[in-house]
Amino acid sequence: MNWDRFFDIPSDLQHSWLGLVGLHLREALLPVLAGLLISLPLAQLCVRFRWLYPPVLWVTTVLYAIPSLAFFVLLIDYTGQTELTVMIPLTVYSLVVLVPAIVDGVRSVPQETLAAATAMGFGPVRRYVQVQLPIAVPAIIAGLRVATVSSISLVSVGALIGNQGALGNMINDANIYNRPELALNAVLSMAVLAILADALLVAVRVLLTPWMPRRSRPTTKADRPEPAAAALEDAAR
Amino acid sequence: MNLFHFISDFFNDSAHWQGYDGIPTRVGEHIQYTLQALGIAALIALPVGLVTGHYGRGGNALAFIAVAGRALPTFGLLVLMTLLVGFGMVNVMTPLVILAVPPILVTTYEAMRSVDPSPVDAARGMGMGELGVLFQVEVPAALPLILSGLRSAAIQIVSTATIAAYVALGGLGRYIVDGLYQRNYEKVVGGATLVAGLALVTLALFWAAGRFAVSPGVRRRA
Repeated sequence: MNWDRFFDIPSDLQHSWLGLVGLHLREALLPVLAGLLISLPLAQLCVRFRWLYPPVLWVTTVLYAIPSLAFFVLLIDYTGQTELTVMIPLTVYSLVVLVPAIVDGVRSVPQETLAAATAMGFGPVRRYVQVQLPIAVPAIIAGLRVATVSSISLVSVGALIGNQGALGNMINDANIYNRPELALNAVLSMAVLAILADALLVAVRVLLTPWMPRRSRPTTKADRPEPAAAALEDAAR
Repeated sequence: MNLFHFISDFFNDSAHWQGYDGIPTRVGEHIQYTLQALGIAALIALPVGLVTGHYGRGGNALAFIAVAGRALPTFGLLVLMTLLVGFGMVNVMTPLVILAVPPILVTTYEAMRSVDPSPVDAARGMGMGELGVLFQVEVPAALPLILSGLRSAAIQIVSTATIAAYVALGGLGRYIVDGLYQRNYEKVVGGATLVAGLALVTLALFWAAGRFAVSPGVRRRA
């Protein structure tokens, strides 16, 4: 371990450390965003048509069972050794967490609340945007947290299909050049990024749900990690 | 040539079915890695999850461990440990166990917390001891969720064990990593198909285990 060269990034990576961090965030977060954009309408369909939910869950679970490396490799034939090859599987994986999170969140809205909104003259669209979505925010954020954190650590596997792993490429270089400090740098950077992203999402939830009790509440309903966490952990890769 | 040609070529080549680098050997190695890692992870996470869930304490600590465990990239840990410790099984098992502990731990805790409290109170009222309450009331009721935690851990291990090949160990990742270096796309696709198949078999096994082990009363409610 050569600590002096901790931030000495080999030139074959063609990026500075910050450049790699930026690349990593883009490759990890765009898929989660895309996953959110896909799963919002998909979840709404599942709420509207109940019979649709079990098959959708099955399909996402089966897709999720495809290992990331296998998924990347199978896509190379179609999208080449590009960022897209890494981002498509990550998008698909995020669905298995996000769809159930949003469905559970939207379904958890009490019937009286919906009736009250309707009585106040809300149409279906306005009711969805102004009542159902805000109440579902804690569940949605819980899903986003799991998806984001695992996405950040999964990007590194892209290094195995030819330098598409951003910070993960440093791991590959650490192996080639026998420089463990690079691997340590990559592991720590990714862990810090993941924890920061997680903290940021928690902050967003606090901002978006000012009516929710803050931390350090009296231990009435015991200390639960997150609403719907159990269902989500089922899916966390 | 499309994907399916590659797949059928790979599986029709009889050379791929025997010997040191044959499909049975590699599948066997992969299953061995998976069972070992899952066993160790379950041994660590299940008791902790059951006890914390039973007493309803330490949820925040568990949530933190889960985030931390998930944030550590498995691939990075694997290479780092190999560079520091050298070649061996410990390097592969450590990252895989770290990967598998959070889902088992958090799901088990949540499963125990979500057990309906009235049967638990009834069991206490009938004079059952803590152990009886835990194993005869809470665990059977929480079993579907506990199994789902084990299932997602198992699937993650199956898919991630492929990276063991990157540090020169066996398993199905051998085909993918070697194939990529040899520019032998048929081998890569064949390996990827095998891993995906194994993951799906795992899914099916856990579904069957759920049918078999979960009591009908609990299943109907779920």
